Amino acid sequence: MSSTPLHSPHPAAATLRKATTEPLWVRLLLTCIALLFLALFLVLPLIIVFSEAFARGAELYWASISEPAALHAIKLTLIAAAIAVPCNVIFGLAASWAIAKFQFKGRQLLITLIDLPIAVSPVIVGLSLMLIFGARGYLGDWLMDHEVRIMFAVPGIVLATIFITFPFVARELIPLMQEQGKEQEEAALTLGANGWQTFFRVTLPSVKWALLYGVILANARAMGEFGAVSVVSGKIREQTNTMPLHIEILYNEYQFAAAFAVSSLLALLALVTLLLKSLLEYKAAKDLAAGQPH
Amino acid sequence: MTKSSWLKPTVLPGFGLSLGFATFYLSLIVLLPLAALLGHSLTLRWAEFWKVVASDRAIASYQLTFGASFIAAAVNLVFGLIVAWVLVRYNFFGKKVIDALVDLPFALPTAVAGIALTAIYAPNGWIGQHLSALGIKAAYSPLGVTLALIFIGLPFVVRTVQPVLEDLEKEIEEAAASLGANRLQTFCRILFPALLPSLLTGFALAFARAVGEYGSVVFISGNMPMKTEITPLLIMTRLEQFDYAGAAALGSVMLLISFILLLLINLLQHWSNNRHGAKA
Repeated sequence: MSSTPLHSPHPAAATLRKATTEPLWVRLLLTCIALLFLALFLVLPLIIVFSEAFARGAELYWASISEPAALHAIKLTLIAAAIAVPCNVIFGLAASWAIAKFQFKGRQLLITLIDLPIAVSPVIVGLSLMLIFGARGYLGDWLMDHEVRIMFAVPGIVLATIFITFPFVARELIPLMQEQGKEQEEAALTLGANGWQTFFRVTLPSVKWALLYGVILANARAMGEFGAVSVVSGKIREQTNTMPLHIEILYNEYQFAAAFAVSSLLALLALVTLLLKSLLEYKAAKDLAAGQPH
Repeated sequence: MTKSSWLKPTVLPGFGLSLGFATFYLSLIVLLPLAALLGHSLTLRWAEFWKVVASDRAIASYQLTFGASFIAAAVNLVFGLIVAWVLVRYNFFGKKVIDALVDLPFALPTAVAGIALTAIYAPNGWIGQHLSALGIKAAYSPLGVTLALIFIGLPFVVRTVQPVLEDLEKEIEEAAASLGANRLQTFCRILFPALLPSLLTGFALAFARAVGEYGSVVFISGNMPMKTEITPLLIMTRLEQFDYAGAAALGSVMLLISFILLLLINLLQHWSNNRHGAKA
């Protein structure tokens, strides 16, 4: 090396390094505090879920998750998520295209409104839907006349789930698409691609990891939603019971092992979600390091 | 940006379609139901509205909801900073796994968290039995509510502080040290002010989330009116009694508070980004 490195190995450098970190005992203390806090609040609840689930043996565990009411709850949870998540993906793509690729008045307001469902209590989400579609809601009489059931039925559960998971995909896409700018899309258009081709071949591939990330988070939230769904579902066993509601019913009937058995499925889903999330973060970082993906 | 035109001209297509669909969907799914809630609470006369939202039971529920949320967010502020600091600055075995685990409260359904925390802190639970031997009632008390809200808000402070801490330039700390500041002085005068906007944002996010939380709290609180009843549960009770107007009145109060918190969070994030951006 001909040029002098910026930080030359100088006696002062060691002192400086020492001066920008903490003494060993402080580092150990802080690490122990952090790990204890996380062990108490994150690891212990997870251990409890699995240990209580198997507390009465594997046979009861299997019976609890394979009885008809549990299977129906699992099915309904999967259906609600399978409808809600794609709806929000389409919205997320449309909203992020409009917000990130165009400069228009009211853009900031739109971003704020997209965040709104995160700040609203789930109970209030359920209540609001009730006041529109419930028997005494604004559309109650009309729905009754046309024999359409939304409250205490699957459509209400789906609507509540869509509301709750509304921002997740859009929130992941908007900042990334803003950062990426619109030069590549403009180049594609100049080269003769039409709008949809540009979107599917240029924009979509470059945001694929963020999109998947949003889908995974939205899915976890959709399958686990409790407050909003419990207002609108009516909790009719084998009809409008989702997994979290089924857990509540079992728990209130003092069937603790069964409640924890069904919970363990959702806890497993949470762990898989975290694993996929880390994997996607790693992939996205690798793509970023390798230059813009195409 | 030209001030005269509403939309800055560009060659990209699809503005009308994407914005049109996004605003239509937003209005239908989010704005319309919330407008219905506000509209419904307006059907009450002022005196009736006040009687519902300022009843003793409602006031007790606000005190618990906001008090417990505040304490939980404050606990997360302190421990969240320590966790973020340790994850960014130190190396230890299993750090990646622990980093990933911080998001667990986002991924774990609230009902599952609720029954798990109740099992831990109930009088016969793993920790609850030791606490009750000391005469402390954890589950079925305001303490239990706070514990659930700490769990729910845990990732917020960590995840807002972590990226800011990662981007801080080491040179500033070196400069402070070479000018004779000790480590504590450097932290208090250089690092802490730089982290403050993100700390406050994380606090506000954790607080906002805690105020609306329902699933994890209902199991651990015991739900005794005037004592361990949070506001979302009071709304639920009103609904179960078919008192839609009362539920809507309480819901509007909570919604209004959510709006204010969201506005505050936006301002804080704006401040944080400005600070952060200016340094980069």
